[in-house]
Formats: sequence, structure tokens, C-alpha cells
Amino acid sequence: MGKQTAMEGNEAVAEAMRQINPDVVAAYPITPSTEIVQNFAQFVADGAVDTNFVAVESEHSAMSACLAAAVAGGRVMNATSANGLALMWEILYIVSSLRQPVILSVVNRALSGNINIHCDHSDTMGARDTGWVQLYAEDVQEAYDNLIQAVAIGEREEVRLPVMNCLDGFLLSHSYELLEVEDDEAVREWIGPYQAINPMLDIDTPLTFGPLDLYDYYFEHKRSQMEAYPPAKEAIVAEGKRFGETFGREYGLFESVMLDDAELVVIGMGSTCGTLRDVVQAARADGVRAGMLKLRAFRPFPAEEIAEALSGASAIAVLDRAASFGAHAGPLYAEVTSALYSYGQQIPVNNYIYGLGGREILPDDLATCLDDLAGIAESGQPGEPVSFLGLRE
Amino acid sequence: MPTLKELSHRDVRLTGGHRLCPGCGEPIAVRQILMATENPVLVTNATGCLEVSTTIFPYTAWNVPWLHIAFENAAAAASGVEAMYQSLKRQGKLDPAVDYKFVAFAGDGGTYDIGIQALSGAVERGHDFLYVCLNNEAYMNTGVQRSSATIKGTHTTTSPAGTVIPGKRQNRKDLTEIMVAHDIPYVAQTIPGRWRDIVNKAEKAFNTPGPAFINVLTPCPLGWGHDGGLTPEISQLAADTCLWPLYEVEYGEYKITYKPKEKQPIEVFLEPQARFRHLFRSDEGAEVRAAVQEWVDWKWEQLLKKAGEA
Repeated sequence: MGKQTAMEGNEAVAEAMRQINPDVVAAYPITPSTEIVQNFAQFVADGAVDTNFVAVESEHSAMSACLAAAVAGGRVMNATSANGLALMWEILYIVSSLRQPVILSVVNRALSGNINIHCDHSDTMGARDTGWVQLYAEDVQEAYDNLIQAVAIGEREEVRLPVMNCLDGFLLSHSYELLEVEDDEAVREWIGPYQAINPMLDIDTPLTFGPLDLYDYYFEHKRSQMEAYPPAKEAIVAEGKRFGETFGREYGLFESVMLDDAELVVIGMGSTCGTLRDVVQAARADGVRAGMLKLRAFRPFPAEEIAEALSGASAIAVLDRAASFGAHAGPLYAEVTSALYSYGQQIPVNNYIYGLGGREILPDDLATCLDDLAGIAESGQPGEPVSFLGLRE
Repeated sequence: MPTLKELSHRDVRLTGGHRLCPGCGEPIAVRQILMATENPVLVTNATGCLEVSTTIFPYTAWNVPWLHIAFENAAAAASGVEAMYQSLKRQGKLDPAVDYKFVAFAGDGGTYDIGIQALSGAVERGHDFLYVCLNNEAYMNTGVQRSSATIKGTHTTTSPAGTVIPGKRQNRKDLTEIMVAHDIPYVAQTIPGRWRDIVNKAEKAFNTPGPAFINVLTPCPLGWGHDGGLTPEISQLAADTCLWPLYEVEYGEYKITYKPKEKQPIEVFLEPQARFRHLFRSDEGAEVRAAVQEWVDWKWEQLLKKAGEA
């Protein structure tokens, strides 16, 4: 049996890492993810894990060493935020291209500039095309659960992809919440031992990793990499179900909250969904047929599933905690509207950009989204496609 | 130290059939270094000539496990592979009786410039690996651009000799001494043209626990503008002029491993190479040569003092 305890998000992530007991962790501290690395270093110092902890000199070397360690043949983890993730950028693509299931906890923080240490999703949204699976957590429990599932998802033979475990900076990383921490043995049994595929340390079968790949093969290699994402989507569902069977908390690609008969639907990711949940429930109490779609898996993006889940809606609001400079709207909006269009849904969709650099998002802000949607549903006229919540214009 | 005959019977770890230029100093150095140990060797390689020319998919010239990630991180990659090896070995998941060796190869671009941070970090952390800089004194893979290993007066495509500026204006950075300053167990400079020197140093480096660094001056017929058949001789002239002294530093103790009977003027090294041709065509060129000679003399005197031979 697990135990109920109170932990900060960073502490819970470090605790899951201790239980997973990876072979190598190479990391570099950055606010607000620093405590993950610090707590884990203490576990190493206390002999609580078998991990070889490499305190590298930069995030670029952190991800490089993690990739090399994974290629060598073992389980590898790391944590970072914002500019640290940006410094890893070059290597992120190479990790997914070499199909190494490296796990990275990203404590979401605004990218510079100007420099800001607080939460938004600009860091991981910027990394959305790097080939990593991305899971977003609503609360500390999910950050803990997602990390354990990330191992199982990424290491499946038909997947073999790196996974980002995303949790909101400060809002989750530094917030104490009650959570269920499972037994060490139960966690280890659930993830199972690491199965190396073509490890570099197999000296009897010398292999060449990361060769020069020109116009005669590169395209086919990228095409075959694309083949990994539909199985990754299935793996997220299958492992979420298996996790539920073992630990009683089931997960999917997204969570549908009162969606079945909802006319007005708000879509979001991360800790804001906790606030949104209350707002939607309050609206229901007032007789408004409101619903929430909480997206958990941004990559691979569940386009068809979302289009189906939203098919009964009259008006939709998409919350983006990141700007996509030069685009007509935020990144999540672009994905959702593209999904709806691709699967034949003609529903008005509004985009709300909010919370950049840690700007607070309050229930009243989210309630205005529902008010806007009600107006759109009644008039049949789409409103302003993009607006901002909690902004001084 | 094995004999030449013994070495000739050792496994060929970098095979022929790769597409490096005829006369390139890099594969000569790599083969000699990999011959220096009979233990299993795992290679990480920075982006550069060696990497692009030996692994054009679906071919590979490597008979040992080999990994390339990017340009600036050969040392970080080596530290990752070595960290996993240490972890699995400690956990009893690898044969404890077999001692693997780890070597990172990078050019002077990947070492002196873009990769110096990863290199400094990896050796400070004390990973048990050998880092080899294949120093051809410019970015050859991208078409001969200057690096901080390029010596003063050199014509490169980003420090071209023109009517106003006679090639690169700065002396090179002394990376070997920077590595000595890291207080690592073993640091050396060598050339591909003296097999006993390079193999001996590689053998010591492999057998020294902890990080080791070897800086190999590898002539580049294309970028230096010399006959490909002269590669060993050109590297020998760098040693004979003391422009590239052959020495090693074991646990802080300096030892000059080759001392020319008579130190040659730098012109004997410069003259056969097209990259220095402009230095022989004007008074300004002669001034640059004199400045380089003065710098070489000063560096050599310093080295003699460090080795207790002054």
C-alpha cells in the first residue's frame, strides 16, 4: 500500500526518481526545477539509489550525457526548466531521432527575455516539434504519476521515444499538496527492469550510432520515426489504464470533465485546469452546460480523439499559456482548430492567451471565457479569435 | 611498449574505405591511438571531417562501438557512456573482469572553440576517458575557416591574406597548457609522424586512471596546401621547429619526449605549405614570420623551464 503524504511538486518528482532508480542522471540546476536535482543528489549521497549522478557543467552537456548514457544501454533521467531546456534544444531532436527513452521532467517556466522565473508553457511549447512525448500535470499527484508512467510509455519496444514530464513552475513545483506515494517495490515492479535495445556497451556487436545521413536515406529515417507516434498514443492510453488497475488512478490522453452533454467547452493544460474544474462546476450549478477538456498528452497530439470528444459542443475556448510569435493564435489553439477542421467539425473556437511569466489566473478570468462562449453559442457568430486573460492593455 | 611488428598484428579498429582525403593526418593518428590498447574501446566523435567521412550511411569504417551526437559535446558524450558503464558495472550488470576504454575524438573546432566547455567539465568531473584533439589548425570540414588553434599569419577562408591584412592576426591559444591547468593525470602533445611517440602516449593515457588529453597535430593537405604524401614529414617539421613540441605532463611532471638535435627555423615548416605562401612574398610577410619565430622561441623557452631543462 502506498501512503498519503504532503509534498511539493519537485519533491514528489525526486521521490518518483528515487523509486524508479535510474542508472544515470546527468543534470544541471535551474530555477524552478533545482530541488529535483538537489533532492536526488542527496539520495545518491545517502546510498538510496544505484544511480551514477553526473553533475554536468551545462544543460547542453546534461542532455548530451543523458543521450550517450541511454545509447550505452540503461535508464536515464534528468530535469530542467525554461532556458535550460532551450540550451538542450539541439540535442532534444537527436535523442528522439536515436529513439532513446530518456525521461526529462520539465518544470515549466517562461523563456527569456526578459528573464522571468515563473510559470508559463513557452519552454515546452517551443520544444513541441522535437519528437518528445509530452505529458502535462494538473497537480502534484499527476506529476508523480506521470513520471512513473513516462518510463513505461517511452520504453515500450514499439515506441522507444523520450518523454517530457511537464509540471507548472512554482504552482506545482513549490506547492505542497496531498498525494498518494506508492510503495517502492510496487513502483519498481510496475515499471519493470530496463530492456536495452542495441546497447553501445555490447562490445561484441560494435555499432555506429549517429552517422552522416544524406538525401538518399534521411527522409526514410524521418518517415520511420513518424511511425513511432501512433503507437506512443496507444501506449499512453494502455499504460494509463494499467496504472489505474494497479494504483487506482487511471489516465488517458485527456480528461473529459462533464463533456458528454456540454455546449460550452474550455480546453486547457496544467495546473490551470484545477481552477477551471471549479469554474465549470460552478457554471453547471447555475444551469450552464459547461465542460472541460483537460489535455494531458500534447505530444503525440490526440487530434482525432479531441475532434470526437468535442463533436457535441456549440462553442469552444482554448487556453494557451504561451504565445506563438508571428502565428495568428497560440499553439494549443492551432492544434485544436486543425484537429477539428481535419475531422470535419465546424465549431466556433476562441483562443485565450493567459498567465505569461507567472501572471495569476483567477476563477473570474476563466468565467469570462464561459460568458463569451455563451454569447457565441446564442448568436452563432464567432467572437474575436484571440484575446487575453488577466492582461493590462 | 609493443614493437612495430606486434602493433601490425593488432585489430584494425578504423578500417580503410572511408572517405577522408588522401594524406589526411586524422586516420593515421586515430589508427595509431586505437592500436595502443588491446582492451575494448568505445569511441565518441564530434561532428567534423573524421565523423562525416567514416560513417556515411549505410556504411561505417568503425569496428568498435561509435557514437556521434553533435559538434560541441564529444566530451559530454564520452562522460555519458562512461557514466553508464560505471553504473552498470557497479550494479553487477557488466562483466567486472573486462576493463573498457573510452576515447573521444574531436577536431580543433570541436575542442579549442565550441567544445571547450564540455571538455573542461568532463575532465574536471574526473571521468575515466581519453580525449584526443585532432588538431589541423582550422575548421577543415566546413572549408578551412580559422580557429583559435590557427597560428598567426595563416591564410584561412575567414582570416584570408589580403592586400591589407596578412592572414590571421592572433597567435593560437595554448590548449594543451589549459588542460595541464586542470590538473588531470595525463596531458600530451604528439604528431602522427612519429609512431613510437604517439602510440606510447596513447598507451600511457589509456592506462592512466582518470581523464587524459592528447593534442595531435594532424596535417591537412587540403587546408594546409601540401602534397598528401608529405603528411608525416610535415608533422615532423612542426616538431623540428618547436612550433609543435612533443611533450607530456604526467601528474604535473613535464617531460619533453622529442628534442630536435638542432631547432629549425620556422620557415622549414611554413614554406612547403600554401597557407603561408603570402608570408614569403612581402616585407610585411617577413615581419609576420619574425613575430611567429619570436613567439615560438618564447613558448619553447617556457616549456624547457617547465621540464627543468632550461
